[in-house]
Amino acid sequence: MSRGGRLRWVVLGVLGLYFLLPLVAMAEFSTRGTAGHRSLHAWKAIGADPDLIQAIVVSLELAVLTAVLMLVLLLPTMTWVNLRLPHLRRVIEFVCLLPLTIPAIVIVVGIAPIYAWVTYLVGDSPLTLTFVYVIIVLPYAYRALDAGLTAMDLGTLTEAARGLGASWWTVIWRIVVPNVRGAILSAALVSVAMVLGEFTISSLLDFQTIQVEINLLGKRDADISIAVSLAALLFAFVLLFALAFAGRRRREAVDDR
Amino acid sequence: MTAETGVSVRMEDLRRVYGRTRALDGLTLDLAPGELVALLGPSGCGKTTALRALGGLERLDAGRVLVDGADVTDTPASRRDMGMVFQAYSLFPNMTARDNVAFGLRLRHVPAARRRTRADDLLDLVGLAPQAAQYPHQLSGGQQQRVAIARALAVEPRVLLLDEPLSALDAKVRAQLRDEIRRIQVEVGITTLFVTHDQEEALALADRVGVMNTGRLEQIGAPADVYARPATAFVADFVGLTNRVPGVAAGGTATVLGTEVPLIDGSDTGDVAVLVRPEALDVAADPEGGARVVAASFLGAVGRVQVRMPDDGLLIAQVPSGAVAGLAPGAPVRVTARAVPALAVAR
Amino acid sequence: MTQAIPRRRGARWRRAADYLPVAPFAVYVAVFLLWPTYIVLSGAFTDDHGRPTTANVATILGSTDLAAFGRSVELSAATAVIGAVFGGLLAWAVVTGRPEGTLRRVVVSASSVLAQFGGVTLAFAFIATVGFEGLVTVFFRDDLGVDLFAGGAWLFGMPGLILVYSYFQIPLMVIVFLPALDGLRRQWREAAESLGGSSWTYWRYVAGPILAPAFLGCLLLLFANAFSSYATAAALVSQGSPIVPLRIRGFLTGEVVLGQANLGKALGFGMVVVVAVVMVLYALLQRRTSRWLR
Repeated sequence: MSRGGRLRWVVLGVLGLYFLLPLVAMAEFSTRGTAGHRSLHAWKAIGADPDLIQAIVVSLELAVLTAVLMLVLLLPTMTWVNLRLPHLRRVIEFVCLLPLTIPAIVIVVGIAPIYAWVTYLVGDSPLTLTFVYVIIVLPYAYRALDAGLTAMDLGTLTEAARGLGASWWTVIWRIVVPNVRGAILSAALVSVAMVLGEFTISSLLDFQTIQVEINLLGKRDADISIAVSLAALLFAFVLLFALAFAGRRRREAVDDR
Repeated sequence: MTAETGVSVRMEDLRRVYGRTRALDGLTLDLAPGELVALLGPSGCGKTTALRALGGLERLDAGRVLVDGADVTDTPASRRDMGMVFQAYSLFPNMTARDNVAFGLRLRHVPAARRRTRADDLLDLVGLAPQAAQYPHQLSGGQQQRVAIARALAVEPRVLLLDEPLSALDAKVRAQLRDEIRRIQVEVGITTLFVTHDQEEALALADRVGVMNTGRLEQIGAPADVYARPATAFVADFVGLTNRVPGVAAGGTATVLGTEVPLIDGSDTGDVAVLVRPEALDVAADPEGGARVVAASFLGAVGRVQVRMPDDGLLIAQVPSGAVAGLAPGAPVRVTARAVPALAVAR
Repeated sequence: MTQAIPRRRGARWRRAADYLPVAPFAVYVAVFLLWPTYIVLSGAFTDDHGRPTTANVATILGSTDLAAFGRSVELSAATAVIGAVFGGLLAWAVVTGRPEGTLRRVVVSASSVLAQFGGVTLAFAFIATVGFEGLVTVFFRDDLGVDLFAGGAWLFGMPGLILVYSYFQIPLMVIVFLPALDGLRRQWREAAESLGGSSWTYWRYVAGPILAPAFLGCLLLLFANAFSSYATAAALVSQGSPIVPLRIRGFLTGEVVLGQANLGKALGFGMVVVVAVVMVLYALLQRRTSRWLR
């Protein structure tokens, strides 16, 4: 039942315009040719710039690594806390919300000495950014996973499984993961979106990620940098839209009332 | 608070379709002034839709609603002057019990002092005077529903609508509140429509019970009538327990388990299944009897026995609670029927 | 009945063992979050020779950097309010539609992306829109004869930052406020209606007061978010009147005065204080919210 009438459509219209306009502008700007024609020259040039390609690859790798490390770290911990250490739930929640309170730029200031240590141990590949990225993405990932874990009846299902003889690993792998698939996907995609858009830390720690490269290009070749920006954005859109529509195919419980 | 005579209500040929479901399929129902009618039926039968349509919260595809003779079909809910009590969660969480009750009065610009007095009077009526300053989250489910009733009555509505108000409550609270609701309704004298899926509730509370099925009214009548003289097999099945005993109907009677049972008007003839209530069957231990006990339960006031008949049918009979001990599973028994009027439907 | 000593030791071991699975997470967070924070906070109170001092903080408080804080606060407050109001309206527009409908899915997905869509990309997007050669600028100049930059290069100053920041503040508001709107029960609206209320009275007496803590909480969250943001400003503002994060960059890259690294930490400390206060208020409001909307 739709309510709100005209006001609703006015709001949607005005804000829709505000949000679409820059995207349209980006598309328009990046396809400007000479003498008023449209040209895909800027888009094609993306493939020709080795630094840019390298930066895109690095960012994509970072996105995957961050999502994986975040899940490996958070999911077992949250499951365990929910089941066995419920009094720690508030603590975990607080810890995961801390990165919102401590601005990325402040973390960068404090993390430089630690990263000296990390580069000494693991090398100086940009992929070491994963460690910091996981921290940054904690608040969003925690919210997504928490919503999923509280929606499934974790306690009851676990007791049932344990009563039938399952080990803890079986519980996590066969009971928890399948039931919070949506939340896992959500958390993973939020991580990907965040990594693709991250600039502060990578630029100040002097790593060449996609956003750093875009910024560099922007000073030199605005067309290409805007084309890449739009591409990155559309990529993230597509991923998240796919998630939203995949969620629709949830089977409805049989109603035997 | 003096009892005022309520108003008459008429719901005429209501129709409402949702997608492919016919929620209301030509429902016609009259409520006499001051009467409490219970709408009873399984989930999805349309009883809640009917109630909400009466209250103006649901649009109708066809049909009319008349209150005190006036057509209110096109009147919005906020101007129908009806009080509504929902199943749960309807109290405004940001207001105390007193403020909740006084809300309708505040909307009508009643001065604060009079609002407070009236709210307190109503809370007293529902037995919650000490809780006036508490917030909904501090009240139990039963208490919240009492406040909801007080709130609905505060604006002196012409009709009271109750949408399964007891369904979300514990059994014991439910029974208590049920009697309270009846007491208040009689005291205030307001015309009331009460929706429920619990037949015990409907039979206990109502002046008349309407049994609904797939959007239509199957039968409406006094509780005793609906129970003893069901108009259709559905009503017989839904209200109380029913046994289907095969027999042959002719001339207004049928022979059931050796007894001639008079049939209710509207019964079929020929090969029929007679719908017999458990309390119309007698079970006696009999080594020559062809029937065997399957299980016997002690229910406190009465006992209930499941019996396997020679023709392989299963019957449920009611016995005095003292007889249960003597009816062990497997014991041979004889089942007879009493000559109580019953409905027969074609087999 | 119980064998006292062996049982007790076993129980204690078991309880300690219960905490083991949480250890990896704890260690990770300690190394990559708590330790850097400690470095910043302690560094703010240490001078160049490692001795404790409040000189850094005092210097900041007395200098032009205080003005940077003022500008940060101004920017954050303005965009928090804009984001809260328009984001709230957008969330309401979405919630009044079908819960499984396309509109809701599209808006929520788009908001999830745009809320993270800060920084460089955003700056460039707006340059492409209202920059010197932007789509809208050109349209106004060529088709309507209006010069959008007649009053100065506003896009690269405070007004520009406000416009651009709103692009991620509004979606963030949609994401964090939508659950609160979902928590409004249908029965409250219907009860208000059947008691004689209109849309206006419902919002004024019921929905408004119920949503107020959540709304304020989200507004605070937006404030903290804007206050912490660095990337967008970095891309848009090259010099002039910087906000705090840009000043910190200045200290980090030695743009300002060499050897004053700890001043940067003091600024960082200032930021943490502001954001921490805001988040504490937010947490308090959340508790009130969850009591009514759960």
